[in-house]
Amino acid sequence: MRHLTRLRIGPVGFRVGSDWRGPIAALDDLYRDYPQPEGGIPDFNVHLFAARPWRRVLRPSVQIGGDFVIPDAAPLPLAQGLLAAEMGMNLQMALGQRRYLLLHASAVERDGKALLMTGMSGAGKSTLAALLMARGWRLMGDEFALLDPATGLLHGFPRLISLKNEAIAVLERALPGGRFGPMLEGTPKGTIRHLVPDARAIAAMTEPAVPRLILFPNYGFAAAERAVPPSETFVRLTQASTNYVALAERGFDALTRLVRTVPAQALDYPDTATALAQVERLWEAA
Amino acid sequence: MTRFKTAAPETLRIVPLDALTLIYHRASGITHIVDSPVPEILAALAPEPLAASDLMARLSERFDLVDADPLALAARLDELVATGLVERLCAI
Amino acid sequence: MIDARILAEALRDPATTAALDTTGWPALLAIARAEQLIGTLAHRLDGLPMPGVAARILADARASAEQGRVAALWEAEMARRALAPLAMPVILLKGTAYAAAGLAAGSGRSIGDLDILVPRARLDEAEAALLAAGWEWVKPDPYDDAYYRRWMHELPPLIHRERDRMIDVHHTILPRTARVTPDADALIADSVALANGLRVLSPDDMLCHAAAHLMADGDLAGGMRNLWDIHCLIAEFGTAGLEARAAVHGLGPAVARAARQAHALYGTVIPGSWRVWDSHDPLYRRRILARDGWGRPTRKWTRLGFYIRSHAIRMPPMMLARHLFIKWRKEG
Repeated sequence: MRHLTRLRIGPVGFRVGSDWRGPIAALDDLYRDYPQPEGGIPDFNVHLFAARPWRRVLRPSVQIGGDFVIPDAAPLPLAQGLLAAEMGMNLQMALGQRRYLLLHASAVERDGKALLMTGMSGAGKSTLAALLMARGWRLMGDEFALLDPATGLLHGFPRLISLKNEAIAVLERALPGGRFGPMLEGTPKGTIRHLVPDARAIAAMTEPAVPRLILFPNYGFAAAERAVPPSETFVRLTQASTNYVALAERGFDALTRLVRTVPAQALDYPDTATALAQVERLWEAA
Repeated sequence: MTRFKTAAPETLRIVPLDALTLIYHRASGITHIVDSPVPEILAALAPEPLAASDLMARLSERFDLVDADPLALAARLDELVATGLVERLCAI
Repeated sequence: MIDARILAEALRDPATTAALDTTGWPALLAIARAEQLIGTLAHRLDGLPMPGVAARILADARASAEQGRVAALWEAEMARRALAPLAMPVILLKGTAYAAAGLAAGSGRSIGDLDILVPRARLDEAEAALLAAGWEWVKPDPYDDAYYRRWMHELPPLIHRERDRMIDVHHTILPRTARVTPDADALIADSVALANGLRVLSPDDMLCHAAAHLMADGDLAGGMRNLWDIHCLIAEFGTAGLEARAAVHGLGPAVARAARQAHALYGTVIPGSWRVWDSHDPLYRRRILARDGWGRPTRKWTRLGFYIRSHAIRMPPMMLARHLFIKWRKEG
């Protein structure tokens, strides 16, 4: 491919190739402090290409390809090439990750212990993780958390934090010195702006943590908390995992161990300030 | 007479949680989340395949099931056959 | 220039991977994924020295293939249970058959849908039993359905509503529109029983089926995996009697061409008289190897030719025109 870059996020190496320079330049800028794939060999490849040759120049639209693809992924305009690259890497993880149990969850760490947050899209797991990072927690990832079946430890995947719509201004205020990507208007999810995880999150990105608390946040309700029994946590986490079935008995062992040893709480919250206070309190009580 | 045969015990990983029980079935790679009396049915069928009436008798004596109902048991057995945890052996 | 030869070499002689660098390894792994041969490659290279990341990726691929094997054999078992009361021969085909019979071709192989062969006269019974056991039609489109039933060598695909897995129920191994008509009765008569009562084709018929699938039934997509199957089957069972058996099914040329390609790609041991290349062989080879270092298909013009050819072989020309017209109209 004409343009390419390599990078590593947590334990996972990527090689991204593109027909255009733009998306690669954006990755190289925002991921400039990230290491290279271990031994120079990526775990996954992503290709950004023009579906038809003339689409490289005429109303260019970016098709997302890679080792693992979904057949009818709609292309994105070239102005959203960074988003296409991020989606391509997410897709490889969602479809191809086989070493770790992949949980669609954000995670932050304090004192070697991890807090996992998972929920529906819009529940605020990305925003809460970014705000906890701003308050001194180590960000492990805003989208995926990786549970190692061999050790029971949680590994981070601190990719660029994907902020949507109202969350963008919230984080711009919380992190005035933060590094942000370009404002991407009119994406399928509205306006998106990426935030680079802080220096500590990047420096410590290969350090695993012991899971200590699982939260299921739910935005837009009066503040409330409810202990979630292990069986319900198990079901919710299988639904939040793209590779639970593919990991077979290893996945079963990893997840049963997690739900039997780590408490879980459903957390309803009306605004982020309230949520952060609830999280700190639940963390201390866990 | 139709008899019912359960999956071999070494192919099952049974993990009781709170009210529910997880069963990982090694032969299929499928995880089942079940409620009582499913673990009891599987345990009762483990020594040998049984006809539904014999299974009912076995369950009553071993587990003291309060609502022993042949129709309900037949429905549970149909569900278990559909999951593959139990196989229906046809009369020859 | 990198093409899929890098994968063929690694499968043929795993020790050649010692020479791979940070360009070669990513290309090998990407092409193996694209050809659905990563699990097979992982088994071939197991235990050899290699970079840590490659070893990890291949260990994951072995675990993944094992999970696929379990799931595929379970589908076969559930089909066996559904069809058991009918007491008809049920013959596993392709990947599931290799795995169930414990053949080298099944080692690490990715397995897709469940393919079974049953006697044509009992197709309706088999269909009814599967529908009663939770399988459902995939295609609600009446044209597709009529097309399948009239011309194809299988029922329209069924999918299980709980397990989400497809089953293809065949009554022979090539469409009725194809110019050659394999002897389905002979396939069934000479099939071999497994311990659980399911059956597999005889080794020669497995080879005939694999060759038919590669040369007549498809557009050569998946060619490398098919040829690896053929390579393993010949290595395990030899070629004695194969030519005569292929002739019974009208598949002599297909089997010979597949064997030549397997020989060229993987060094398969075949009789000297089979090694004479014809004028089409180089084109087939180019098509089979058409991948770049990212695993992406290359040589689009060669590919397009094969797509048209593939449909032309399966359907007489007027039927092809009608088929394409209906497809175009539907796709607007």
